[in-house]
Amino acid sequence: MEFLVASAVGVLTAGGVYLLLRLRTFPVILGIALLSYAVNVFLFASGRLAIDKSPILAKYGEASYTDPLPQALVLTAIVISFGMTAVLVMIGLGAYLEADSDRIDIEDTEEDTGA
Amino acid sequence: MKSIILIAGTRLLVALLLVFSVYMLWRGHNEPGGGFIGGLIGATGFVLYAIACGTQATREALRIRPEIIAMVGLGLSLGAGLIAGLFGDDFLTGQWLFIGGSKEEGGFPLSTVLMFDVGVYGVVMGSVLAIVLALEEEEED
Amino acid sequence: MSWILALPLLIPFVTAIAVFLLSNSPKMSARVSLAGSLAGLVAALFLFAEVASTGVVAGQMGGWPAPFGITLVADMLSAIMVVITAITAVAVALYALGEIGAEQSRLGYHALFQVLIGGVSGAFLTGDLFNLYVWFEVMLISSFGLLILGGRPEQIDGAVKYVALNLVSTILFLSGIGLLYGETGTLNMADLSRVVAEHPDQGMMTLIALLFMIAFGVKSAVFPLFFWLPASYHTPGFAVSAVFAGLLTKVGVYSLIRAFTLIFVSQPEVTHTILLWVAGFTMVTGVLGAAAQSEFRRILSFHIVSQIGYMVLGLALFTPLALVGSVFYLVHHIIVKANLFLISGISQRMTGSGELYRIGGLYAAAPLLAALFLIPAFSLAGFPPLSGFWAKYVLVKASLDADAWIIAGVALLVGLLTIYSMTKIWAEAFWKDDPSGRIPKAPQDGPPLWPCYAAVVFLAVLTICVGLVPGPFLAFAETAATQLLSSDAYINAVLGAQE
Repeated sequence: MEFLVASAVGVLTAGGVYLLLRLRTFPVILGIALLSYAVNVFLFASGRLAIDKSPILAKYGEASYTDPLPQALVLTAIVISFGMTAVLVMIGLGAYLEADSDRIDIEDTEEDTGA
Repeated sequence: MKSIILIAGTRLLVALLLVFSVYMLWRGHNEPGGGFIGGLIGATGFVLYAIACGTQATREALRIRPEIIAMVGLGLSLGAGLIAGLFGDDFLTGQWLFIGGSKEEGGFPLSTVLMFDVGVYGVVMGSVLAIVLALEEEEED
Repeated sequence: MSWILALPLLIPFVTAIAVFLLSNSPKMSARVSLAGSLAGLVAALFLFAEVASTGVVAGQMGGWPAPFGITLVADMLSAIMVVITAITAVAVALYALGEIGAEQSRLGYHALFQVLIGGVSGAFLTGDLFNLYVWFEVMLISSFGLLILGGRPEQIDGAVKYVALNLVSTILFLSGIGLLYGETGTLNMADLSRVVAEHPDQGMMTLIALLFMIAFGVKSAVFPLFFWLPASYHTPGFAVSAVFAGLLTKVGVYSLIRAFTLIFVSQPEVTHTILLWVAGFTMVTGVLGAAAQSEFRRILSFHIVSQIGYMVLGLALFTPLALVGSVFYLVHHIIVKANLFLISGISQRMTGSGELYRIGGLYAAAPLLAALFLIPAFSLAGFPPLSGFWAKYVLVKASLDADAWIIAGVALLVGLLTIYSMTKIWAEAFWKDDPSGRIPKAPQDGPPLWPCYAAVVFLAVLTICVGLVPGPFLAFAETAATQLLSSDAYINAVLGAQE
């Protein structure tokens, strides 16, 4: 289980970083999305992995439960990254329709703005 | 793209999704569910409608601008937190009202927590719809 | 007790809702926005008075006790920052009366602006790392909306870089939070302050500290993570970029100060040494970058970077006097920098361009504006008796006291180079004649110019006040620094005195 989660985080991060370094908007957005998945899984795992336990105490006597806080944190983080991605897609689409190209040019902004 | 099958299916599904979203909102207090997931499900209904019948029809079906739904939702959530101030508690402390008898007598409970959740429902549904409709319209231009 | 803490957050959000529902009437929404900002300033001053008289104030939202509930806490630093945020909000809301037209108002400028102010205040007041993340995102989403308002291609171009880099920093921040929670089991900052110090694996804590340093470093635009800032700050409207320049990076600096005085202080020989190098390089690269630019707001953007270096310098030295310098510098910088961006806006409206080689003649056409420009410009460069002089004086003195001769020299040199850039703006925009021979004047159409002037005068008067009577301000900064260095008051206020 630990191995599975750890490698999931690793693979997602690797893919995310690779895509983030592309020069086009759309892969960059995908890369950010993948990275945020990776960090969400990681955050979830920070509360220790436990299988088949509920995060809420059913009765106060039963001590077998998982840490609810990371689940709440992850839920919040997912909501926020969902919103961020949606807004980012909107901007990316706007930029694409505006310039007919989805390149990101860090170097020659001058030419970009001149066009 | 107009598809008769999709439009016919959507009519049924939208109603179902909206009812289900309210159900999710309602049961959220003590069981899995709540305003966020309810709002998402409700938004899904309208998004489906937008895909089938176009954004213009969806805006007409909504009657109110989705941004306004989101803002009113935010207002409800803030208001739910503010009510606690009237009773001298900290911001966002839940306040309970039992209709037809006290808690022990099995009165019907109403709380600011529910109001907060309804607000969240509005915020999520409004903002998701605002973004999706804007994206769809950008594509149509 | 918690209401006085919640109000500086609630007022902007309530105003945002009101303004949004009014967005069809631009005049009304601009006025409501200004009224809301004024109400926010009053609330912030009440909070400040409370903190000044009774010490650290803490409150639990929803009545759940710390470290489980949502904690809001204000020590002197937070209170100062909230007040200065509210002041900037008032100035910019005033300026917006003269800049934001019907179209931008309809697109939600005022609502986004208020949400941004709420987010900034939230970041200053929260006592919990995860909530700090949430407030960062509130700021990020609203600043994103403001950045692309109007939708010109260069705005979108700048926005993509801005958001991509900020999201990466957010992701690092979240992984830091995950690691920290996994190691310590708490995210409440006061609780962390105790737990981290007692944690057996200090190497791990330092590693996490570095993750936070990078995350906050991107937000505060320190070397070598500042590239997004000059790429985006010159693109949006002036009322937008002034509030960005004044407040957004300062939230990053505030978080750095908070994290590296309250939580991660167990290995200062590692963390604070890195910060010292970062501070030096940030000052130098920022000011050299500015020297190479010829656009009004681009010069100012690079100067933000170099000024951030001074604030981080105070934190890195980690002596009481140096922290006084940092806090004082934060206050001085927010006022002055927001003002310079507002002035660049008036200048652009009168001359039609921000490119310094294409404009000129402002001194002859608008001597008042020229005089108003000199106040923040001289203050930025550190001329006595303006606020920047005291800020730089305290920091340089602190570095000399700490025997950090090199960094003191760098700070002085950067001050000199700042004068160079300010003189360049003065000579090109104000002194020389317009190259095309036209005389700059206010356009007849569009919103009136007087609110813009009023905002600029308001901030300039503040600059002079801080400069002429630095005593009380330095005293407040000193209280803030004392509270930062001995975190017992903070911890006791949040968790309750436990001994």
